[in-house]
Amino acid sequence: MPGKLKAKIVAGRHLPVMDRASDLTDAFVEVKFGNTTFKTDVCPKSLNPQWNSEWFKFEVDDEDLQDEPLQITVLDHDTYSANDAIGKVYIDIDPLLYSEAASVISGWFPIYDTIHGIRGEINVIVKVELFNDLNRFRQSSCGVKFFCTTCIPQCYRATLVHGFVEELVVNEDPEYQWIDRIRTPRASNEARQRLISLMSGELQRKIGLKVLEMGGNAVVGYLQCFDLEGESGLVVRAIGTACTLDKLSSGSAPNTNTHMHPNTAPASNACNSPSKDGKEPVFVEDLPSSSGPPTPFRALPTSSSSPPPFSPSKPCSRQSSSSDTDLSLTPKTGMGSGGSAGKEAGPLRTLLRQQTQTALEQRGASSSGLLLNAREFPFFTLTSFPPGFLLHVGGVVSARSVKLLDRIHNPALGNTRSYKLLDWNSVTADEPETRDAWWEEIRQEIKSHARALGCHAVVGYSESTSICEEVCILSASGTAAILNPRYMREGCLDIGCTDHRFEDPSPPSCGFCHIPYDELNMPFPAQLTYCYHCRRQKVPDVLFTTIDLPSEAAVAGKGCLIQARLCRLKKKAQGETNATAISNLLPFMEYELHTQLMNKLKLRSMNALFGLHIQISVGENMLLGLASATGVYLTALPAPGGIQIAGKTPGDLSNEHISSIQKRINDTIAVNKELYQINPPELAEEGVGSPIPEPRHRSRLFRSHSESSDELSELDLSHGKKDAFVLEIDDTDAVEDIHSLLIDAPPPTGFYSCNTENMPGISNWTSGVQMFTSVRVLRLSNANLTNQGLNKIFTDLCENLLKSFYFKLRSMIPCCLCHLNFTVAVPEEELIQVTVTAVAMTYDKEQTQEKTAEKPVNKGSLEAEEQLQFPLELCADSSSSNIQTASKISGVAESTNISPRAASVDYGSFADRCSTWLELLRLKAHTIRRGSVKTSRRTQSLAHSVSSLERCSPLQEGRSRSLRSSRSFGGSSVTVVKMTPLSFLPGIRIIKYLGIINMFFIRETTSLREEGGVSGFLHSFIAEVFAMVRAHVAALGGNAVVSYSMKECVFMENPNKNQAQCLINVSGDAVICISETDQESSASTANTGQTGGGGTDGAT
Amino acid sequence: MSVELDVFVGNTTIMDEEVYQLWLDGYTVNDAVKVRMEGGVMDECEASKDVLLSDTMDQYRTFQMCERLLHSPAKLANQLLFQIPPHRQIMLIERYYAFDDTFVREVLGKKLSKGTKKDLDDISAKTGVTLKSCRRQFDNFKRVFKVVEELKGPLVENIRQHFLLSDKLARDYAAIVFFANNRFETGKRKLQYLSFQDFAFCAGQLISNWTVGAVGESSIDPSYNMVEDMDVDLDKEFLQELKELKILITDKDLLDQHKSLVCTALRGKTKVFPEMETSFKNLSRGLINIAAKLTNTKDVRDFFIDLVEKFIEPCRSDRWTAADMKLYLTHYTNSAHILDTFKHQVVWDRYMGVVKSCIFKMYHD
Repeated sequence: MPGKLKAKIVAGRHLPVMDRASDLTDAFVEVKFGNTTFKTDVCPKSLNPQWNSEWFKFEVDDEDLQDEPLQITVLDHDTYSANDAIGKVYIDIDPLLYSEAASVISGWFPIYDTIHGIRGEINVIVKVELFNDLNRFRQSSCGVKFFCTTCIPQCYRATLVHGFVEELVVNEDPEYQWIDRIRTPRASNEARQRLISLMSGELQRKIGLKVLEMGGNAVVGYLQCFDLEGESGLVVRAIGTACTLDKLSSGSAPNTNTHMHPNTAPASNACNSPSKDGKEPVFVEDLPSSSGPPTPFRALPTSSSSPPPFSPSKPCSRQSSSSDTDLSLTPKTGMGSGGSAGKEAGPLRTLLRQQTQTALEQRGASSSGLLLNAREFPFFTLTSFPPGFLLHVGGVVSARSVKLLDRIHNPALGNTRSYKLLDWNSVTADEPETRDAWWEEIRQEIKSHARALGCHAVVGYSESTSICEEVCILSASGTAAILNPRYMREGCLDIGCTDHRFEDPSPPSCGFCHIPYDELNMPFPAQLTYCYHCRRQKVPDVLFTTIDLPSEAAVAGKGCLIQARLCRLKKKAQGETNATAISNLLPFMEYELHTQLMNKLKLRSMNALFGLHIQISVGENMLLGLASATGVYLTALPAPGGIQIAGKTPGDLSNEHISSIQKRINDTIAVNKELYQINPPELAEEGVGSPIPEPRHRSRLFRSHSESSDELSELDLSHGKKDAFVLEIDDTDAVEDIHSLLIDAPPPTGFYSCNTENMPGISNWTSGVQMFTSVRVLRLSNANLTNQGLNKIFTDLCENLLKSFYFKLRSMIPCCLCHLNFTVAVPEEELIQVTVTAVAMTYDKEQTQEKTAEKPVNKGSLEAEEQLQFPLELCADSSSSNIQTASKISGVAESTNISPRAASVDYGSFADRCSTWLELLRLKAHTIRRGSVKTSRRTQSLAHSVSSLERCSPLQEGRSRSLRSSRSFGGSSVTVVKMTPLSFLPGIRIIKYLGIINMFFIRETTSLREEGGVSGFLHSFIAEVFAMVRAHVAALGGNAVVSYSMKECVFMENPNKNQAQCLINVSGDAVICISETDQESSASTANTGQTGGGGTDGAT
Repeated sequence: MSVELDVFVGNTTIMDEEVYQLWLDGYTVNDAVKVRMEGGVMDECEASKDVLLSDTMDQYRTFQMCERLLHSPAKLANQLLFQIPPHRQIMLIERYYAFDDTFVREVLGKKLSKGTKKDLDDISAKTGVTLKSCRRQFDNFKRVFKVVEELKGPLVENIRQHFLLSDKLARDYAAIVFFANNRFETGKRKLQYLSFQDFAFCAGQLISNWTVGAVGESSIDPSYNMVEDMDVDLDKEFLQELKELKILITDKDLLDQHKSLVCTALRGKTKVFPEMETSFKNLSRGLINIAAKLTNTKDVRDFFIDLVEKFIEPCRSDRWTAADMKLYLTHYTNSAHILDTFKHQVVWDRYMGVVKSCIFKMYHD
């Protein structure tokens, strides 16, 4: 079905001087789409040419519109020799293809050259006329909206969530073709940029088709990644969550009050009422009865004639080819391989084998009752959910697999459209089915892990790869969860675990913590206690998840970023040997990372991790592991016990030494408690003598049950005997480990940090926003480094980065670094690269202090409650006093007992370690087979609470604050475009999503020194990328990018040749947003608005 | 183990004013780090030296990348590479174009040529301003000079619009450009006591009274204005007319008449009256001769030295106070109007107005 694309070239400015003689340029422009090219006239002798061209019209298929970018090339006319290219602009037409988004792209675009960077700007206008017949798409999927945001976008309402969509496209990398030897670097880079642009377009179109097939109209949490496999090709893959979204009536949205109390909200809110606040995703169905205030929120099932909002994810993948056997490397020994492993890994291996077997048995048993379609993946890339959606959380599930990349010599497949567009493509092409099969395998693994945790869904799901030479580690992780069965379409998900428990109304603030699995038949040993909140159901002692903290969760104090960092040396090897070596290292790394996380969590006196992301990067001679998460104290979970140091062999280390370490640890814990204002209802220490041995007793009791049902029982025996987390020091390694624990410096006063969307404990954002990207590369000069030495270096690298951020952003204090996203890579043998993208946001300290000051008035047990209510309260009416807070707190005061935790980690031997480690890492799920290593771990449950219409999340509260600032640049023509990796901007309301921004750039230089060395080169490249993103957003009529992320930053250098190259891929959602105060709004909004005035300096 | 690469890029470009100043002042990264450490920034955020070094390098890089834009400040507002809030842009520009009075004093009136640029290291050594900073300042002068040279219209306004500078800074640049264009001699030992601000004031007087643009709207044909450089060059016609003033000293009667008028007015009003009376003729000859010679470019250059030698120094040796000077010059100027045979009142006023205010400004120790 055809459409007409129209483009007009208006003018240029700040063009570079191309003619040295005259110091001027004779510029003209080529406009290319598909195979059609138009040219403007030459505008002689001007650095600010005015072309004012006619409208160039392209008549094309909408399929092409989706795949192809509009390519604008600015050239310098030369009478005698070839015209010199000044640079190019690629414009993605996609945002023009759906009706609600942008209608025109118009604005100044930086003219970009892969060798010289930005060289002037060009003003272009682009329009599309689609000949409408939207129902009969075959190949195209125009109209499907894409969002990077991992929650239901503001100003939309999800009427249906269909489920997981995935697709991948494979092609050969132009950089590795024979032709690359004879063409210029510029030509090669441009071929690559263009190819990736085409592939992303194609991928998006294909995913769109799947969505349409499922009956959806949007993809939320769209995550697209590139695998630069080098010789073996280029993979572009994407996952997302298909949804049917309804746009909330824009007319009424601005009038609604974000902070409306549930009680005051009209009953009709629940459903289709347009008066519902614009950003609140509303599900059609009513939520299960709530424990909230007596809202007039009666169910509306009558009105919800629409089908249940959940439809099964359809089997939407291709036939899985069996060819993967050729590729899968490594010992065919399968699980048995463990037994043959010698050396230090011995004990663990044996253990592994045992556990693997049991795990398999167990899984077999538990899955027998399931009737899930093998191809169906109940995965959700979303990380935060509408209230009532998420019932319980089982814990983190992850799987990793090591694969050998191999070039397959297949004749090119003619069926993919992108192929025909690429003339050089005739050589070979990789088979997408292979990669598909790999991922399918991993997803299956994840699914079975989730099932073992008694969960039928995986939320906060993501996939990633790390490639070094021909070895590739595929990783996937998510959080096993139980979603509200009411939202499920019949037969959609595993119903095996819906038991009576879920009928119980769980309080919104703790429900998600309740364990989803059967306590008598636990998939792993864990310490369960009754929920400290409702006292009715069991909760685990610690909870790890990959999702964001549910807004209604009850937390004490503030959250903080917790990182575990690890380096492991590995022998250089080739092919299968290498892959096996990596496979063997992986479980150890995961184990260590978890130990670190657990210790650091306890050191901060917290009991839950959100947004957990574990990255394992492979290099030629080492593996890097980096786990980041946001720690928080959930009041529903038991208080974490302290950490105890014990010397195993008293002769080795003096008691003094041990006690000094112990003291340091205790001090650190005390300091941290204060720092993060963790004042749970009752402190663990105080609980020792208090009359609450019951929970402990119960858990003990329970444990014995689990022993009987668990073949690993003997390994658990150690648990109940120790009251605190014990670290035993028996060698210098252990000492090192403990020291490294204590290295993490707390952020300086006035700073907080987290890697999630919202910062637990902070919600009163003011308008200061500063998004930044930082890259640091370290060269290890010393060739014979030990693991310990490397760890230290790596840890210091991360810590120093954080310190640098704090210092740079000190003018924003009080402020919080949100969404700190660390990416590690080993670009070369002795290089470690860390890339960080985050946003610093200012908040109003006054209000916090006010609250703190008032605290002593309340009883200790109420404090946590108050902290929980605090954001809600602010939302409701931030200008009012806090008196209401206290009044809101009701009936939960008794849930204050906390028993000392018992668990232990023993640094003595692997066997011991594993025994205790079981609490955290589900080694039994480690399987090694056919060259792939998969690990899985469990953690605990996070359940979603019901109801809470009063879901006044920190985000919303933040949004209500004013952001007057920086709208216009003092009369200049440049629109200020804010960027944030979060899905919201404080004090600002998103009124329109303009489409996804997904850009890929390559920059290369052959004059590295002249450009200021590697730092100068990368600095200007990143600045250029930001500039191009901003320009595209501004041209779409937008003024902000939300859910921004830098997916890829591949940097290569060759200082000897004075060369460097860098690839950057960024994505995000372009939006139009308005300051909350810009609109006529209700009084309370205005009130809150006023309080958030200042701090526009740092505003992005 | 070494940091190979270290960058930090904000969506809003982060710039520390203190570091910017250090950069402008030509400190090396290491020196800047030292200065910052002494300044106590480290305590602010528990930073270490490494953090400071990394931050300073980042900022220096940012400034270097911005420098290109600062060369044509109008670009800064509509470039896309750096997102800088408007008030920051103003700060960046203003500080970039700021200069050290001690430095500018050294190059004032010199040709802004390569030759002068070569001498910058001497100037740097003499003034204590780093060579880097000297170069920046010198290049700024040159750049402004080059741009406004080709522009028509009022000098100060042109500078302000093209370089987005504050009024004060634009006026200073106008003075620099004016001095450079007319190559006024300012380096002689006798002129050493004068500060840049003294000269800038005088330049302002000359620009607004003695150039073509100065009288543009009122007396001279407007179409003529449009084609000439109005503010940079002195009004040739006016300089010619100045020759007519010679009559005041060549005509004995006029001279005597003038003297008696002035003396009558001054008598009893100052302690140094006797000295004024005796030196009247000398002083008058000095001022009129300066006026008469201004048609020669060479003598234009010596305008200030002449003022000092022919007028200020004699007065100073007679211990005139600034008030005496004011009194004397006021009466000296006004008395000429009463001379009925003296027909060149307009030229006289235009000349004396400037000379008077210049001498007032220059008459200090």
